Amino acid sequence: MTALLAVRGLKTHFRARDGAGIVRAVDGVSFTLDAGSTLGIVGESGCGKSTLARSVLRLIEPSSGEITFDGEDVRALSARRLAALRRHMQIVFQDPYASLDPRQSIGAILAEPLEIHRIGDRASRHARVLEVLGLVGLDAEAVGKFPHEFSGGQRQRIGIARAIALSPRLIVADEPVSALDVSIQSQILNLLVSLRERLGLSYLFISHDLAVVEHISDWVLVMYLGRIVESGPVEAIYARPSHPYTQALIAAIPQSGPRRQAAQSVLAGDVPDPEHPPAGCPFHPRCPKAMPRCTSEFPDERAASSPAHRVSCHLY
Amino acid sequence: MIPKDGASAPLLAIEDLAVSFGTESGRVSVLDGVNLSIFPGQAVGLVGESGSGKSVTAMSVMRLLPSPPSRVDRGRILFRGQDLLALPAGKMRAMRGDRIGMIFQEPMTSLNPTFTVGFQIAEALALHGKARGVAAHERAGALLERVGVGPAARRLRQYPHELSGGLRQRVMMAIALACDPDLLIADEPTTALDVTIQAQILDLIARLRAEFGMSVLLITHDLGVVAEVCDLVAVMYAGRIVEQASAARLFAAPRHPYTLGLMESAPKLGQRVKELPTIPGMVPPPGKRGPGCGFVGRCGRALARCAAEPPPLAPVGGPVGSSASPGHEAACWNPVP
Repeated sequence: MTALLAVRGLKTHFRARDGAGIVRAVDGVSFTLDAGSTLGIVGESGCGKSTLARSVLRLIEPSSGEITFDGEDVRALSARRLAALRRHMQIVFQDPYASLDPRQSIGAILAEPLEIHRIGDRASRHARVLEVLGLVGLDAEAVGKFPHEFSGGQRQRIGIARAIALSPRLIVADEPVSALDVSIQSQILNLLVSLRERLGLSYLFISHDLAVVEHISDWVLVMYLGRIVESGPVEAIYARPSHPYTQALIAAIPQSGPRRQAAQSVLAGDVPDPEHPPAGCPFHPRCPKAMPRCTSEFPDERAASSPAHRVSCHLY
Repeated sequence: MIPKDGASAPLLAIEDLAVSFGTESGRVSVLDGVNLSIFPGQAVGLVGESGSGKSVTAMSVMRLLPSPPSRVDRGRILFRGQDLLALPAGKMRAMRGDRIGMIFQEPMTSLNPTFTVGFQIAEALALHGKARGVAAHERAGALLERVGVGPAARRLRQYPHELSGGLRQRVMMAIALACDPDLLIADEPTTALDVTIQAQILDLIARLRAEFGMSVLLITHDLGVVAEVCDLVAVMYAGRIVEQASAARLFAAPRHPYTLGLMESAPKLGQRVKELPTIPGMVPPPGKRGPGCGFVGRCGRALARCAAEPPPLAPVGGPVGSSASPGHEAACWNPVP
């Protein structure tokens, strides 16, 4: 299968709040995403997963690295060519309340991307709006309504309808179900899976929720402080988590089955301040298996349970 | 609910509590006959989705709901046999933070950004006449160490914005526990936290509950969180408790169709399925609830009776062929077998 999206050595650095230091929000990330598949990116707040997603779309300008989308060098594109390419790369946000203009009708919200890209005439755009509403499971009468008339789950359906209106090939979904109640979350996850199959979409799916990522992803990246610490096929990551951070993340999830056994599986400490990351492996201050070399030397990526399953840890 | 070790009287007994809110379109019922008991030393989880009424229940116990627009239409909230709803405002203020401690979802909005951590803990001690001046400051330091915020000497001088979310929630715990309360009410205490930090806070709640010998009312939308901490679980839906049982029992054999739907619809680690089970539709907003069971519009097991008549919370036995499960109750005319 050919890669739809290939990212090599991507870095996105920001000036720190105090103006002196540098925050390495994304610090040398590489991955590929095959057409028709889903790449899940998981990590805690501050790990850089949302910055990575926005950098790939150049909603935030990366500092260095390569982004290739469908054979095109995304970083080399002029603003105008980039705008045209965005037709194929859309984003769905976490907060369906904040990402829809409250003064626009749903019909206007969904027609807007078509107008921006000068697709069709008024009648054909209207027909497309009705079509995407149907695809996301909303009635045609939604066209004349406004965002406040919908529940959180319905608004997220509208956000998804807006993203698919242009028939994109890639959708970046940034915590798309995190603000929703459990019973609504499953409806939206099922919708995303069925749209992927019906429309041949690929997803870059960002979430802090490991169970959600396991459900939807084919391939998973685990991020910690701007770096990928583990990556591989979803089955390998969850059946044989290799990085101590991945192991701790999985152990920390509250389970409604039998209780988590002992308190020793609880990871101590906080995620470090991204402005002052620890030297060596950034995870070493919290790592139960840290060795002397972890404090000075960032571990190279190496094979874990299989050649495709990669881990950056001195244990391997 | 079931008394623990045969303990006699409940610490907290919410009896037939009904609360409504005044809106532009008239009065709207938010809680409709909530019954819940917590015995000394017990941890009870109150689980529900947005709009279920779980936070309104907690706020009613603390009498922190603004009135108007809220109004208690009927019911009692007995704390050690005394009706909190009948207490004069001054006595209720003395109860809050002294006998009943509370922590909330977002510690940044409950902590005062302009005062140091040490000042805010010492203030809680002084307010309830436990300690003043240097003595209060020393006890504040000891409390910080107990909730795992060290070194106390440095932390006491810090302001809330200098702490991470997890540490702020620990400071809230120190304030809530300052007066050695009988009951801790924790309203979504880990919802804003990362999963590794959430695990730390849940462990802390379990440990402090044992150390302080207090009861806990944990309000959450997350069934997994309840399973970690609670002995007993009550599930709320549309202003009523629809099922309650021991945590082990509830997870093994849920009887209310809503409880079962909630458990099934969350993706579970290590169990990949192509399509997740869902509960169709959404929670009916207050004011759009019919006379019968609040779940009737989304329920695959609904009977004609369900739309007309609200089912009472009543004992349900175990699955067919097993012995009855005492203390397991569901409000359903056609429970899951």
